[in-house]
Amino acid sequence: MAILVIAEHDNASLKGATLNTVAAAAAIGGDIDLLVAGNGCGAAAEAAAKVAGVAKVLVADNAAYAHGLAENLGQLIAELGKNYSHILAPATTGGKNVLPRAAALLDVQAISDITGVESADTFQRPIYAGNVIATVQSTDAIKVITVRGTAFDAVAAEGGSAAIEAVDAAHDAGISAFVGEELAKSDRPELTSAKVVISGGRGMQNGDNFELLYKVADKLGAAVGASRAAVDAGFVPNDMQVGQTGKIVAPDLYVAVGISGAIQHLAGMKDSKVIVAINKDEEAPIFQVADYGLVADLFDAVPELESKL
Amino acid sequence: MKILVAVKRVVDYNVKVRAKADGTGADIANAKMSINPFCEIAVEEAVRLKEKGVATEIVAVSIGAKQSQEQIRTALALGADRGILVETDAELEPLAIAKCLKALVEKESPDLVILGKQSIDGDNNQTGQMLGALAGMPQGTFASEVNVAEGKVNVTREIDGGLQTLALNLPAIVTTDLRLNEPRYASLPNIMKAKKKPLDTVSPADLGVDTAARVKLLKVSPPAERQAGIKVADVSELVEKLKNEAKVI
Repeated sequence: MAILVIAEHDNASLKGATLNTVAAAAAIGGDIDLLVAGNGCGAAAEAAAKVAGVAKVLVADNAAYAHGLAENLGQLIAELGKNYSHILAPATTGGKNVLPRAAALLDVQAISDITGVESADTFQRPIYAGNVIATVQSTDAIKVITVRGTAFDAVAAEGGSAAIEAVDAAHDAGISAFVGEELAKSDRPELTSAKVVISGGRGMQNGDNFELLYKVADKLGAAVGASRAAVDAGFVPNDMQVGQTGKIVAPDLYVAVGISGAIQHLAGMKDSKVIVAINKDEEAPIFQVADYGLVADLFDAVPELESKL
Repeated sequence: MKILVAVKRVVDYNVKVRAKADGTGADIANAKMSINPFCEIAVEEAVRLKEKGVATEIVAVSIGAKQSQEQIRTALALGADRGILVETDAELEPLAIAKCLKALVEKESPDLVILGKQSIDGDNNQTGQMLGALAGMPQGTFASEVNVAEGKVNVTREIDGGLQTLALNLPAIVTTDLRLNEPRYASLPNIMKAKKKPLDTVSPADLGVDTAARVKLLKVSPPAERQAGIKVADVSELVEKLKNEAKVI
C-alpha cells in the first residue's frame, strides 16, 4: 500500500497544511510519496524531502503546473495516482479545487475533509456544518481524500531524507489560463496554523476598529480572523473569514469579539481548545460554546484586555 | 448563450441538524427544506447574465426525489426558463450527480454550467469539479466575480491567500462562492408564472448513469460536546483565568 500526498507550496517552501496531511497519511499506514507540482518549485521539493516519514518526493516542474490550474494538475494527479492505494491532499482551496477533478478522472467517489482515520478504508468527516459526524467506508480501489488540517497534528518538517525524483509528464489541457492574483498581505501568523486567533464580527462596526484586535493580536502572537458578517460588511478581506464557507481553525485559544455565533461561524472554530467570547448581548449563542464569556462592550473590554496582557 | 444551473434541495440552513439516536443518519424528517444557498447564488448569476443580454436561455436542473420539483419551481420563479428533474429516490453521491449532469450537458450543450460550490448537507464541494473532469470542461471554482467576453469567461476566485483570476475557454463550469451576488426574492406574480413553465422529468437510467453508491455510511454520531463554560465578571478575571486556569497565554 502506498499513499500519494499532494503538497501545497509557494514554490519556495511547503504550506503548513501539507504536514498535517502527511500525518493523516501516516495514520492510514504505508509508504508516503509527496507530489510537488509547479513551475520553478525546486526549493519546495527540497523542503519536501526533509519532511519526516516521506519515502519519495515526485517533482513535476513544468509551466503547465504554475498557479495550480486544476485542468492540468488534475490530469497529472490522476495519471500518477493510478499506482497508489490512496491519494491525499489538504482540504485547502487548492486541494478542494483539484482533487475531485482527479477523482472523477479515476472514476472514484472522493471523500472530503476527513477529521479521523479508523482504518485504511474507513474515515470520519463532519456533515451538516459540523453538527453531525459521519463514519464512512470507501469501496473504491483508490481512496481519494482531502484532509482537514486542524484535525491532525503536523509531522516534523525536518529530519527526513527522501529521494527526489523528477516527473516528466506535462499535461497542458490548454483550456484555462492564469490572469492574475491579489493576495492579502499580513505579517501575523497564518490563520489556520496560529496558536491563538482573535476574531471580530459585525459588532466591530467598521474596518478601522479592527485595529483594536490587531493590537491584542500583536501582544499574543495571534492571527486575526473575522465572521462572515464582518467580511460581507466590507470591514476586512474575505481570506480572514472563519466558518463553514471560510477557514476552519482549531487554535489553543480563540477569542470571539462582537460575534453572535451563527452555525456557519461555529463550524469553523468550535474545535478550538479554549474559546473566549466578548459580547454585550448575554443571549448571544456564542456563549453556549465559550469556556469564558465576558458580557461587556467590546470597545471598553478590548483596549482593557490589551493593556493587561 | 445557454446556461445550465444545478440546484439541490437541502435542509434549510437555519435548521440545526442532529444525528439520529440510533446512528443511522441525520434526523431530517419534518425539517424545513429549501434550495441550497450556494445554488440560489448560481441561479441569480445566471439570471443576471440573461438580464445583461449575455445569456439567452437558462435551464434549471435538480437531481433527487419528486419533491425537488419545488426547488426547480423556485429557480423558475427567479428567472430560469425551464426545468429538468432527474428523479430518483436514492441519495446520490457527487460522482453519480456529476455523471447525470454530464449526460444532460451532452444533450443540452450549454455554454456555461453554474453550480454552488458545496451543498450545506453533505459539505462535499466536489460536484462541479467532477463534472469538469467528465465533460472535459475548464472550471472556475469558488467564484466571486464572473465576466463573459469573446468566447471566454473570466472568473475571479476566492482562494486561501486572497483572490485569483482565471480565463476559461467556453464551454466552462463555474461554482459560486457566497460573495458572488445577493440573490433576489421571487415575487408572487413570478411564482404564479413559474407554475406554467415547462419541467421535464427523466430518470438516471434514461441518462444511462449507474448510480450505485461507492461510499458506505457506517454510522453517524453527534460531535464532541463542549463543556459548559463560565461567565467572568471583568477583563482582569478573564486574563487571570486564561493565564492560570486555562494556561493558554
